[in-house]
Amino acid sequence: MNTHKRIPSFAIGALALAVLAGCNPPGQKASSSKGSSDNAASRTFVPPGEKDKYYLFYSGGHSGQVYVAGIPSMRHISTIPVFAPYPATGYGFDEETKEMLGEYTWGDVHHPGLSKTGGVYDGKYLFVNDAANNRVARIDLRDFKTRQIIGPIPNSSGNHGSSFVTDNTEYVLVATRFSVPLPKGRYADPKDYAKEFNGMVSGIKVDPKDGTMSIGWQILTPPFDWDLGSTGKGPSEGWAFWTSYNTEMAHETLEATATQAERDLGAVVNWRAAEQAVKDGRVEMIGGVPMIDPAKTPGILYFLPIPKSPHGIDTDPSGRWIAAGGKLQPVVSVFDFHKIKAAIDNKDFDGDFRGVPIIRYESALEGSVPVGLGPLHTQFDGRGNGYTSLFIESVVAKWKLPPWSDEEKADLNKVVLDKIDVHYNIGHLVTGASDTTKPYGDYLVAMNKLSKGRHLSVGPSQPESSQLIDITGEKMTMLYEAFTEPEPHFAQIIRADTVNAIEVYPRDESKHPHAVWDAKETGVVREGNRVEAKVIAIRSRFIPDRIDAQVGDELVIHVTNIEQTTDMIHGLGIAEQNVNVVIDPGETKTIRLKLTKPGVFPFYCTNFCSALHQEMQGYLAVKPAEGLAANP
Amino acid sequence: MHEFLRREIFFLRRPLNIWSRLLLLLAAGALVAAIFLPLWKIHLVAPQYAEGLSLDIYSHKLVGGNNGQDLHEINGLNHYIGMKTLSEADFVEMKWIPFALGVFILLTLRAVVFGRMANIIDLGVLFLYFTAFSLGNFYYRLYSYGHHLDPRAPMTIEPFTPVMIGSQKIANFIQTSLPQIGGYMLGIYIVLLFAALWLSRKEMP
Ligand SMILES: [Cu+2]
Repeated sequence: MNTHKRIPSFAIGALALAVLAGCNPPGQKASSSKGSSDNAASRTFVPPGEKDKYYLFYSGGHSGQVYVAGIPSMRHISTIPVFAPYPATGYGFDEETKEMLGEYTWGDVHHPGLSKTGGVYDGKYLFVNDAANNRVARIDLRDFKTRQIIGPIPNSSGNHGSSFVTDNTEYVLVATRFSVPLPKGRYADPKDYAKEFNGMVSGIKVDPKDGTMSIGWQILTPPFDWDLGSTGKGPSEGWAFWTSYNTEMAHETLEATATQAERDLGAVVNWRAAEQAVKDGRVEMIGGVPMIDPAKTPGILYFLPIPKSPHGIDTDPSGRWIAAGGKLQPVVSVFDFHKIKAAIDNKDFDGDFRGVPIIRYESALEGSVPVGLGPLHTQFDGRGNGYTSLFIESVVAKWKLPPWSDEEKADLNKVVLDKIDVHYNIGHLVTGASDTTKPYGDYLVAMNKLSKGRHLSVGPSQPESSQLIDITGEKMTMLYEAFTEPEPHFAQIIRADTVNAIEVYPRDESKHPHAVWDAKETGVVREGNRVEAKVIAIRSRFIPDRIDAQVGDELVIHVTNIEQTTDMIHGLGIAEQNVNVVIDPGETKTIRLKLTKPGVFPFYCTNFCSALHQEMQGYLAVKPAEGLAANP
Repeated sequence: MHEFLRREIFFLRRPLNIWSRLLLLLAAGALVAAIFLPLWKIHLVAPQYAEGLSLDIYSHKLVGGNNGQDLHEINGLNHYIGMKTLSEADFVEMKWIPFALGVFILLTLRAVVFGRMANIIDLGVLFLYFTAFSLGNFYYRLYSYGHHLDPRAPMTIEPFTPVMIGSQKIANFIQTSLPQIGGYMLGIYIVLLFAALWLSRKEMP
């Protein structure tokens, strides 16, 4: 404790202890940490052979992956590798996925966003951001595979404020947590942060035909740390909102220096106007991307003061109410989009910042709901309620959205309807389809940062805890808890019947130029130093099961799993060559490796397939380089 | 004896009334349907194939369930026990059976026009012979696939004959084999022949 130079002046000792040590605030009843009853058990029990009602897509944080679980069972079903190699599915070992990963072997997956049509989930794509290396990935829900990674996004650093999907998946909207000197690659002294550094809000355009992402536009911003956002809907459709936490533009010891202002400036972005500005050519091309200077092109960016070191900013299903959690004050600030719009139309501004108008806070605010300590994120049930995670209190607070009666307005404590303990230090929370116009309103998953003491001990490296809460009643009920690997930051819940996944790649859709479906088409061909093998994998053999090459060769293997049966998955692992690809039924994968050492390297099926799986093996026979001279 | 032959010849000469001829027309229709509808189905169920693998046998083709995929799957599994690949091209009967059914259709229509009891008797005898031969052929096929197993196959199992009607257990599979609507059409054909015969049994020549 005493290594911290200063305790923020606003914090009472006990509160600071709770923040820094991450433990439960004092005064909590010990009994409340055990909640399950027979009733809760029956509500989460999905008998063997039956399926869950919802998919839960967790971001995997710095694991770089996405986890798929079922609700209500909370069972982990699969992991979708995105930004990091994953030998279990051979991701990052074949040429296609290696190229997608580029030079990076990890990413920091934060906020998954499902594609939408008409403001509701359409079950087509899941977008996730890499907050570390400024990328966005698209997972195709037809096969639950990462199909595109865009980035590092030009002119941007620290892509934390994403992936927020517009009503018809026109854009995935992203914003920078970190600012850097632009163009990227330029050196500037961090001391000159305010002058030399810049942040960015970007619109990643999504092709409606096949989901292909490209950079639509960028908006240059001051070097605030853009944090989280959400897209508008209904009256606010065409707009998007972000919080920031460093209006001070501090560049060191942000813990203290960036927490001084009473309010930080959030961003209110008219993305349709940004799109129009690109069409009209009112942009500069920087780094190959159309960039908008909001001071020169008014009507696109406005600032909105939000108290205090805010984190989440969430638009409710009606699109009118925007709830922002100020980490360092115990309220959720609720803004009325009608008021924001009126303030913009009437130029009801509180000056400007670098030429960008600041919307008058008092004119936009509907009220401050005293939910409790450390409010972060808010989700909605579609019945007029918000659910806010309280990090410091380790609580989810349920509160009533406006419109409020005069009596309620006089004391907004009255709109706080219920609180439930979670274990411990909740970060994000998710309700089904909260970011759509039609939330499901039955389950809430609390993603807690600390799981200590809740599970069998696994040593110092600890999993996270996720708790399933029933929100159908007046009072929230704790149903179940599960553990995930580090580290979910937000999740998405979608009805299982909205997703239509295939389980084999149909043979007639195979487009891989080197796919082979018949043993007669297989073989190994040498062309100079390049050895190319076309291989079939089928129960329980590789055809051919011998590949000859020599040191110095470039070996290319195209392996096609010609099975058309669900779960008949084969793997191809080559001993001591650091190769393992996994080929799903009907899939073709390409491996490329430089042969640097002589010897005979057994290869075998790594993904158990059949009774004679063990026999599914072969040899890569590599002659020494001299062989070339001896036998030209 | 003489009396019997006389009655016999008399019977064969009986003309067919309108009802019998209509039934024969229907019988011809049943054979048309039998050409195009599945005759038989073989269904295989195992724990890992809970939804089953199916094979529909038509007069002229072999169709795997699940868009043809089940045939590949069955062949894939059969290679473990060294069974010969099931391939439509190997079934010469799929060439001549539709042709034979076509001949029966023409003969039936001929009976409708000529309208003699003798025509029905001809058809009935020939058709029973055809059916017996086809079923025998089918049984032989099943026997031969189950008995001519490649000795170099990964798994050695006792030679067997897949069941023709009913269910049996083969290794981890339960095999069920039953006639389908096309097969029933062949039975209906015979029933219609007898009905046509019965309705005109008292017609005077
Ligand atoms: Cu295998």
